[in-house]
Amino acid sequence: MDMVIDLASKKAAVIFTKSSCFMCHSIKALFYDLGASPAVHELDQLTNGKEMECALQRLGCNPSVPAVFIGGKYIGSAKDIISLHVDGSLKEKLIEAKAIWF
Amino acid sequence: MDNFAVILGVDLNHRKGVNYDKSRAAFSRDSMMADASPRSDSSTDGDTDDKALELHNSQGIVVSDASDRSRDQKTLRRLAQNREAARKSRLRKKAYVQQLESSRMKLTQLEQELQRARQQGIFISSSGDQSQSMSGNGALAFDVEYARWLEEHNRRVNELRGAVNSHAGDAELRIIVDGVLAQYNEIFRIKGDAAKADVFHILSGMWKTPAERCFLWLGGFRTSEILKLLISQLEPLTEQQLLSISNLQQTSQQAEDALTQGMDSLQQSLADTLAGSLGPSNSSENVANYMGQMAMAMGKLGTLESFIGQADNLRQQTLQQLHGILTTRQSARAVLAISDYFSRLRALSSLWLARPRE
Repeated sequence: MDMVIDLASKKAAVIFTKSSCFMCHSIKALFYDLGASPAVHELDQLTNGKEMECALQRLGCNPSVPAVFIGGKYIGSAKDIISLHVDGSLKEKLIEAKAIWF
Repeated sequence: MDNFAVILGVDLNHRKGVNYDKSRAAFSRDSMMADASPRSDSSTDGDTDDKALELHNSQGIVVSDASDRSRDQKTLRRLAQNREAARKSRLRKKAYVQQLESSRMKLTQLEQELQRARQQGIFISSSGDQSQSMSGNGALAFDVEYARWLEEHNRRVNELRGAVNSHAGDAELRIIVDGVLAQYNEIFRIKGDAAKADVFHILSGMWKTPAERCFLWLGGFRTSEILKLLISQLEPLTEQQLLSISNLQQTSQQAEDALTQGMDSLQQSLADTLAGSLGPSNSSENVANYMGQMAMAMGKLGTLESFIGQADNLRQQTLQQLHGILTTRQSARAVLAISDYFSRLRALSSLWLARPRE
């Protein structure tokens, strides 16, 4: 969990993914489209990836990836990101965390 | 024979055994002689005709003696029994023919229904194909549910149209519109369950009409297109509303693109996996490789369901957001516009399928 929190605070937008996850690909694409350059951590490529996955699940992320953090705070999985994007709050949060400027 | 028929007024070609009852079955010569009035005593087979002829002939003969009389009695009885048997046989045949006719009508009806359903592009699994009908059951069950949903949806839309045309108040409109939105949420839920059972059926859009299928994206409509439609149909809109809807259209577009990219990467990865499984299948190593790759491909297919889920999530959220931007009256008009648009598409499908071909 500490590892997760630590990595999440290192950049304004952080996404935990797996190389085999195609929904992660979609969420990454969305962030790039918005002009954000999120830090991407592929759990299946990290040594303690399994532990981090458990930590994410404990945070309530289901499925465990993609897991999105903005400004160090846990935001949610793909479903949450899409919902927040539609009502405009995703952009707001990104601007607030200075991940994007407009 | 015809002469006698004329005398008795009996139509020997008449097919119905009407007005013939048991009391007359045992009629006597006397009554026969006395009453030359017509009995619609008909016969369909030659046998009975001849026997009737005999009888009629015997009318021409004058009084005979007692022994002749008892012989005639037996003959009469036999003839009567024959007539009775013939009548029963005719009735049985009639009943059988009627049964055949109604079965034939039912068959024609069913064939027409099937044809209509096939034209609408509803997947009908052919009998005898076991594996197909297995998934066909899940697909068929969904098709039935969707048809039911559509019927209910159209009913609500007509109700809304009536309310709008009769200048109903906002409160009444809001109730009906909320009902429509709630019903949209229901089909998204039903689709989600159906995608778990048969994701390819939902993706194929076979449950929609051909023209609708043309515009299919991840198992449904594109919200960005719907919003484009509404901007043109909902005038006048305030500046703020125009801005909000334009933003909503842009966010829909972005989300659609993101999901499409994810699907593309899935497709690419699937293609790579299958390509990796190619090679000569003559060594056990290659067989193991084949099986491993297929297992991987299966895992990748499993994620298709989540893409349909997120696409429907996008549709649901966008409709909800739109409802918040518009006034009650505008929402009502929006619902009507969207519904009419899809009705047009479905009508177009019907016209297309019914078009005259060379």
